[in-house]
Amino acid sequence: MIHTVSVLVENKPGALMRISSMFARRGYNIESLAVGPTERHDVSRIVLRVDCTQHSLEQIEKQMHKLVNVLRVNELEPDTSLERELALIKVAAPPDKRTELMALADVFNARVVDLGPDALVFEIVGPAEELEAFEELVRPHGIKELARTGRIGLQRASAGRSPRRQHVLS
Amino acid sequence: MSGQRMTGADAILRCLEAEGVDVMFGIPGGAILPLYDAMAKGTTVRHVLARHEQGAGHMAEGYARASGKVGVAIATSGPGATNLVTPIADAWMDSTPLVCVTGQVRSFLIGTDAFQECDITGITIPIVKHSWLVQDVKEIPHTLKAAFHVARTGRCGPVLVDVPRDVQEAELEFSYPDTVDLPGWKPPKRGHPRQIKEAAKALAAAERPVLYVGGGTLNADACEELRALAETGRLPVITTLMGKSAFPETHELHFGWPGMHGPKWSNWAMNKCDLLVAVGARFDDRVTGKLSAFAAGAQVIHLDIDSAEISKLRHADIPVVGPLKQVLGDLAKEMKELRVDGRTEPWLTQIAEWREQFPLRYGETKPGDMLKPQPVLETLQALTAGRDDVVWTTGVGQHQMWAMQYLLCEHPRTFVTSGGLGTMGYGVPAAVGAKAARPDATVICVDGDGCFQMTQQELATSVLEGLPIVVVIVNNGYLGMVRQWQDMFFDERFSQIHLTHQVPDYAGLAVAYGAAGFTVESEDELEATLAEALACGRTAVVDCRVDPREHCFPMIPAGAAALDLVEYPDEETVEAQ
Repeated sequence: MIHTVSVLVENKPGALMRISSMFARRGYNIESLAVGPTERHDVSRIVLRVDCTQHSLEQIEKQMHKLVNVLRVNELEPDTSLERELALIKVAAPPDKRTELMALADVFNARVVDLGPDALVFEIVGPAEELEAFEELVRPHGIKELARTGRIGLQRASAGRSPRRQHVLS
Repeated sequence: MSGQRMTGADAILRCLEAEGVDVMFGIPGGAILPLYDAMAKGTTVRHVLARHEQGAGHMAEGYARASGKVGVAIATSGPGATNLVTPIADAWMDSTPLVCVTGQVRSFLIGTDAFQECDITGITIPIVKHSWLVQDVKEIPHTLKAAFHVARTGRCGPVLVDVPRDVQEAELEFSYPDTVDLPGWKPPKRGHPRQIKEAAKALAAAERPVLYVGGGTLNADACEELRALAETGRLPVITTLMGKSAFPETHELHFGWPGMHGPKWSNWAMNKCDLLVAVGARFDDRVTGKLSAFAAGAQVIHLDIDSAEISKLRHADIPVVGPLKQVLGDLAKEMKELRVDGRTEPWLTQIAEWREQFPLRYGETKPGDMLKPQPVLETLQALTAGRDDVVWTTGVGQHQMWAMQYLLCEHPRTFVTSGGLGTMGYGVPAAVGAKAARPDATVICVDGDGCFQMTQQELATSVLEGLPIVVVIVNNGYLGMVRQWQDMFFDERFSQIHLTHQVPDYAGLAVAYGAAGFTVESEDELEATLAEALACGRTAVVDCRVDPREHCFPMIPAGAAALDLVEYPDEETVEAQ
């Protein structure tokens, strides 16, 4: 079972390294990882996709909490949160195929961000499944290159105040 | 001192003084020269000059474990810093509070592969609670404040502060902060009252409870509260290697030590109980043996300051996360109110019967036999029984396990050893550090010949710094524990373990270091020689040349269930061999 975890960390040198080192040392598997700024300049958000087949999510969260730079750890549960990824896909597109590809892109809300003589670059933002569906559809045309971000996520506004996970009665 | 202009190096010393540090252990070198220059100009903190940074680190650990205060180790950049890695890892595994200050190459040289440059903050990330590379001289006061705070709050452990040489040389207006600014560091303040009530109820209902006491109890300074709980509830206490000395070992409720070389009665009690109360202990594999078979019928209460230890290895039915002093204190109070009715007496009698039935034993020494190792420990115990001014340290291996079995510690913080990391060579420097913490005490290092040779150079530190220790080498001429494993599990294929009894001549070596040297080869001379060494008032080494064929029993073979422990072979079996 893969869980998405949002970790707020102090924006200090080495904070990411401390987390990734702890994951490596304890044998936790990271499926994807994205780091970026937040609404506060001194705080960064790390969104991790963690494989919890071998280790419990609770144990992983508690180990993260022990790191001095870690401010808060939240699971982003599918029902109450938004998750997005971004992909840039360079697809072979001779002039006679362009219209067909652009029509496909339209359906997925993908944008054409660059156009060359025999290829074009799509940008697509969305939940991972959408990106994967689009990728499969353009694949027969020939994907020349693909770059994809890690997943980022937020609690939904409609989910109300983000719950603080209570690990152990303390 | 507030607002005074000074260099970063001076500021580091003012910080240590403000933290109440009375002794630090270290070795100077290029990148830490400004700090040593500041020492020469004056500080109230005593500096103990080690002979190897590993020694300095273990001294700081020994000091911390014997005193309950934070240990401080100082080293230069590069090799000086990497030599601290073993003590840092050791302190990490055993939750020993340690602040390491290392010099670093000048800021503009970082990343250029400069002379004696190494990324020590990077290297130590997996084995520190936190670390800092100080980039601006103005950060020194609050960084050191934070370093001490993190080292000793929550679950204790090591931290590292790396200070580039130019930062030590730069100037600042010094003032030491009163508070720390660590928004992500919030160790639990109190155990939850409802959980404590639950725990008390379970304890009062249990017929066969056991207190499984680990080193966290000593770190939390909770030994009195532990005793109150045990006595109120009439609960048997079993202390782990790291928990040894947390509970008086001649107390009627103390029932030994669990795990791989624990006595049968202790392991049986741990594994046949109906309620296991882990107190600042972490279900280490050396305690549990095969985890799935460990205390299989027991409900578990887990009391710990570190919530990540709860259900890490063994599911806790009733977890209580908080400082053990408060948790144990409140639990004892709850127990008092629940009126205990002698429910545990049959169980206490049962464990005592097991102790009668399966005592620690070893073969009789016959005329012409070599000295056996166990009598060395028994004699040390006999010579020091009843004294409240003895601190033991050990290396790692057979001698350490015999020390656990035969030395009875009555007072907290009198048994200093390397548990989690199992660091050979810990004993001698840890003894020097313990002596610095307890100048009044007789500090005795029980060492192995293999261990001793890893850090013996700290005898010089002991002699020259006026920190006398007595080192008793249980010299079997081999890497004894490895020999035992090769004998028992590798069909007696002895591989690269023979050190010999004679090289070096340990007594001669002691004399070369300015210490007293003694050699014991038979049981007849054992007591008198040990007594003389203990009374000599100087650093002394007693080389006890013992029979290498003697193995440490009982033993739970690795991966086996604790109940399947192997006992000392019967006389008949030995003679048949």
